[in-house]
Amino acid sequence: MNSSTRDSRWPLYACSLVALVCSAVPLPHFLDLLRPDFLLLVVIFFAVMMPRSGGLLFAWFAGLALDSFRGLILGENALAFVAVAYLAHRFHLRMRMFPLIHQSLVVFLLLAIYQFLLFWIDGVVGHPLIDWTRSLPAITGALLWPAVTGLLGRFTSRG
Amino acid sequence: MPLLREPGARYAPSRVSALGLRALVLIALSVGVMVVDHRQHELTVIRTGMSAAAYPFQLLVQSPVAAWNWIAASFATRSQLLAENESLKADNRENDLRLLRLEAIEQENLRLRELVNAAPRDVETSKEASILRVDLDPLRHRVLIDRGSSDGVTRAQAVIDSHGIFGQTTNVGLKASEVILLSDPTHAVPVQIERNGLRTIAVGTGDARRLSLPYLPRNADVRVDDRLVTSGLGGVFPAGYPVARVSDVRRDPSQPLATVVAEPAAALDRAREVMLLWLHPRVPMPASAPPPPAVATPEKAQAKTRNR
Repeated sequence: MNSSTRDSRWPLYACSLVALVCSAVPLPHFLDLLRPDFLLLVVIFFAVMMPRSGGLLFAWFAGLALDSFRGLILGENALAFVAVAYLAHRFHLRMRMFPLIHQSLVVFLLLAIYQFLLFWIDGVVGHPLIDWTRSLPAITGALLWPAVTGLLGRFTSRG
Repeated sequence: MPLLREPGARYAPSRVSALGLRALVLIALSVGVMVVDHRQHELTVIRTGMSAAAYPFQLLVQSPVAAWNWIAASFATRSQLLAENESLKADNRENDLRLLRLEAIEQENLRLRELVNAAPRDVETSKEASILRVDLDPLRHRVLIDRGSSDGVTRAQAVIDSHGIFGQTTNVGLKASEVILLSDPTHAVPVQIERNGLRTIAVGTGDARRLSLPYLPRNADVRVDDRLVTSGLGGVFPAGYPVARVSDVRRDPSQPLATVVAEPAAALDRAREVMLLWLHPRVPMPASAPPPPAVATPEKAQAKTRNR
């Protein structure tokens, strides 16, 4: 690993930590239901824009951190994060060419896949939570995507 | 553009398949971790370490709330504090009186139990804990409290608030532990109707104001406003603590079971402070106690000589 890749990694960790903290900030219940998956948005952003440093291993560790933070079964979010990061990574060249609205739609699909994977794992483990509110974070996350790209894009190009 | 910063970013088709392979390996690894964690519970050490690492961030998350509370407390006016002090003193007097009566009753209970040769009740010790203002998951009824294994907390330990049973501990970290509330859909507590001693199980519904009693037959003697207390079966919760009050009983002639809904006694969605309970078997009476070991073990003997 040469020095320039190492230098470009610190925004990755900083953004992930901020996103992890954002995912647990106390909110009123109805806002809590709407809370987008901040950490996954960061993972998708880096998988698309900096696929070298924000790779699958990073996604895996981010998912594991979220699992331990939320007290879920270790590996639940890790699996879903890797699957989503793989898809984002696979199509990152195409995604960079998309206009922002189009990108948001793809992100919505990715977030919906993530929610489905979590739902599936919960079912296998034996705690199925069948609730339509489960799909809300995917919608808010997709709506937030333009802001995320704007914010993180500025952050990474400056750092 | 950030993408130009990355050196050597060439994506040949072979890289794509390597990517798929890496994704598969990581997914297999996550499945492995999940199976070991869920089936064997063998990752306790790793889990404890990880939650210890997460604790500073959880404190950081709730720091704005803590700061606001601190500011609100420091700017409370003198008259407010005086009024609060007065009401607390009045409460305290009342509680002291009640405690006196309770102690007498407890002694009497002990004597009576001895009389009928019943096993004495377990002794409970308790410790206060505050709920950390950290949102874990909106769909699961879990909270984080600021006591962990360093305070002697263990898995499956009863947690109560001032009105009744609150929940039990699930994941225990070093400084913080996770508590599953009564109202979580995956939680159940063995209960007893106070009026007639009928035993059943109260299951969480996912709504903090409702518990359901799904295993009562249609002809069971249960009425609205019956108080439900813990039955002490299952070994997690001590017997006799209030759990809920029956709020709705519906008997459908076509169904073998009644639909019974109860309202939890504890303030599941409002409590800030809770108590952790430890159960110890009461020390047996001197007559039935086993004789003390006649021969001291070598370590003890050494300790004695050192003390001298």
